[in-house]
Amino acid sequence: MFHRESGIFKTTYSADMALYPLPIAKWTVAILALIFVVIVPLTVHEYYLSILNLIFIAVVGALGLNILVGYTGQISIGHAAFMSVGAYTAANLAVRLDLPFWITLPAGGLMAAAIGVVVGMPSLRIKGLYLAIATLAGQLIIEWTINHVPAISGGAQASIQVERPSLFGVSFNTQGHLYFFLLFFAVLAIVATLNLVRSRIGRAFVAVRDQDIAAEIIGIDIYRYKLLAFAISSFYAGVCGVLYTYYFGIANYEQFQLIVSIDYLAMIIIGGLGSVLGSILGAVFVTLLPIVIRILMENVGSLFFTTAEMANVISGLRLGVFGGLIIFFLIVEPEGLNRLWRNIRSYFRVWPFSY
Amino acid sequence: MGASAQRADVREGDNQLVVKGVSKRFGGVTAVQDVSLEVPRGSIVSIIGPNGAGKTSLLNMISGFYKPDTGQVILEGQDITQKKPSDVAALGIARTFQNIALFSGLTVLDNLMLGRHVLMKSGVLSSVIYWGMAQKEDIAHREAVEEIIEFLKLQDLRKQPTSALAYGLRKRVELGRALASEPKVLLLDEPMGGMNQDEKEDMARYVLDVNQERGVTVVLIEHDMGVVMDISDRVVVLDRGRGIAVGTPEEVQRNPKVVEAYLGKSKGGGGA
Repeated sequence: MFHRESGIFKTTYSADMALYPLPIAKWTVAILALIFVVIVPLTVHEYYLSILNLIFIAVVGALGLNILVGYTGQISIGHAAFMSVGAYTAANLAVRLDLPFWITLPAGGLMAAAIGVVVGMPSLRIKGLYLAIATLAGQLIIEWTINHVPAISGGAQASIQVERPSLFGVSFNTQGHLYFFLLFFAVLAIVATLNLVRSRIGRAFVAVRDQDIAAEIIGIDIYRYKLLAFAISSFYAGVCGVLYTYYFGIANYEQFQLIVSIDYLAMIIIGGLGSVLGSILGAVFVTLLPIVIRILMENVGSLFFTTAEMANVISGLRLGVFGGLIIFFLIVEPEGLNRLWRNIRSYFRVWPFSY
Repeated sequence: MGASAQRADVREGDNQLVVKGVSKRFGGVTAVQDVSLEVPRGSIVSIIGPNGAGKTSLLNMISGFYKPDTGQVILEGQDITQKKPSDVAALGIARTFQNIALFSGLTVLDNLMLGRHVLMKSGVLSSVIYWGMAQKEDIAHREAVEEIIEFLKLQDLRKQPTSALAYGLRKRVELGRALASEPKVLLLDEPMGGMNQDEKEDMARYVLDVNQERGVTVVLIEHDMGVVMDISDRVVVLDRGRGIAVGTPEEVQRNPKVVEAYLGKSKGGGGA
């Protein structure tokens, strides 16, 4: 937030390396916690809570993808498929073995991580566009497999109904309950990512991204770290898929098609590659965009279109605006919303004496 | 302050790094042919030669980027010829690059911390949890890095991204990153290339300090003959992939083959 460093002196290395290096930032975090844990669930309408819930899930997935693309510099167009791996793993475990969410959730993540490592293996030899195509193949193969193997997909509909998660006999049935469930995992993912990227492993990821030859010369086994990035990133994706499954109460392959992979890539491009805050901002932005467009069109568009045309216009407009925005950000602000935020912050940092 | 006279702390015969008759061909081009190199513990050995003589290729074979077609690279009695670059680094050989290879998106501090990657152990789980083991380790290694920051006078640049630094400073940060891994042998590929006289003298001072105060053996590629002759204990001359002379700076300077490689024959043509 808008805090100033002047007059603050750090005397230990741990103070210098803290996540919130300034005392006032601790207050910011406390206030955010108060807002999200107490005020929002008490005051916000169920419908808006359901949107917030979708954002929380997207945050987990976007953070995972950003670890791979933004931090390690490897691309994946197969992340929706990793989500589906997590989703169907959890759904099968929950339905067939009646396991609770605190087992199915990590299990879904681990299964996705294992598949992610396999799909990431070509990254040893290929980079960039070629790796994108290899992961695209991974996406299509996984999609097809889930759709055509009844043992995984649960029959002709390729969807599995799942009970809402419960803890200590309390079932997270309403959006209000799910809100706390999903908020917990979103915060967990944020903190875990912040820690990961500031520690030894995270630094090694960035080294692989910036200069793979130099990374090798200082002792980083780049193949190992690329696969590690795929594993961690797919783990997040798997968990994200499990959360979707519990949120919708159903695991369905249609939620995890290629377009979803693109959506998530859009989140981290618009939000900012290689940035935790960017992942969050991107997830918020991309989740809200279609909703805002729909509300806008329902109010303004009814002047120009008949109700029958409306559905087509909205879905077309969504894609158009989406594509336009990605191009806009790539040209105007390649570092995304995160950079805009930092610009605003550094302007106000010395305000009003900015000379 | 020439170190060209035989120093007491350089132990002749105790070779820390030995290169035995390595050759490397790329297609039809022979980059290095049957070159041998002996690097005594605690010495500064310089590799000189005209452009394209195979100096960097030789360094690449020592650090594991190229696998030699023939020959061996031996570090402290251990054959490291076939090892991966990352394993060679873990065994204690650090290097810098001719055209700086820093991690441009990271700060000076993080670049140096990365230099200590092989000395650190935190895995994924302890990194994610951070508070506790990973934090303790980070702080311990931060102290070692701060010592190098002080040594190279980089204090005010700690939190600067390396992409924002001037050329000479980036070279210094790269030296710092190599030092951070506490290497036994340091390979420097033209550390003074593209620098002005002041910067060259600073860098030469640092190289000498690294060698004498920190006891690191240095293998140096450099084109500035003044610097090379001043600070080297031993000079190896390559020409067109072959070793043509070895000796102290004085011996090499008097060697007619070396003069020929650099200046061409005095009569009858044959240019370099």
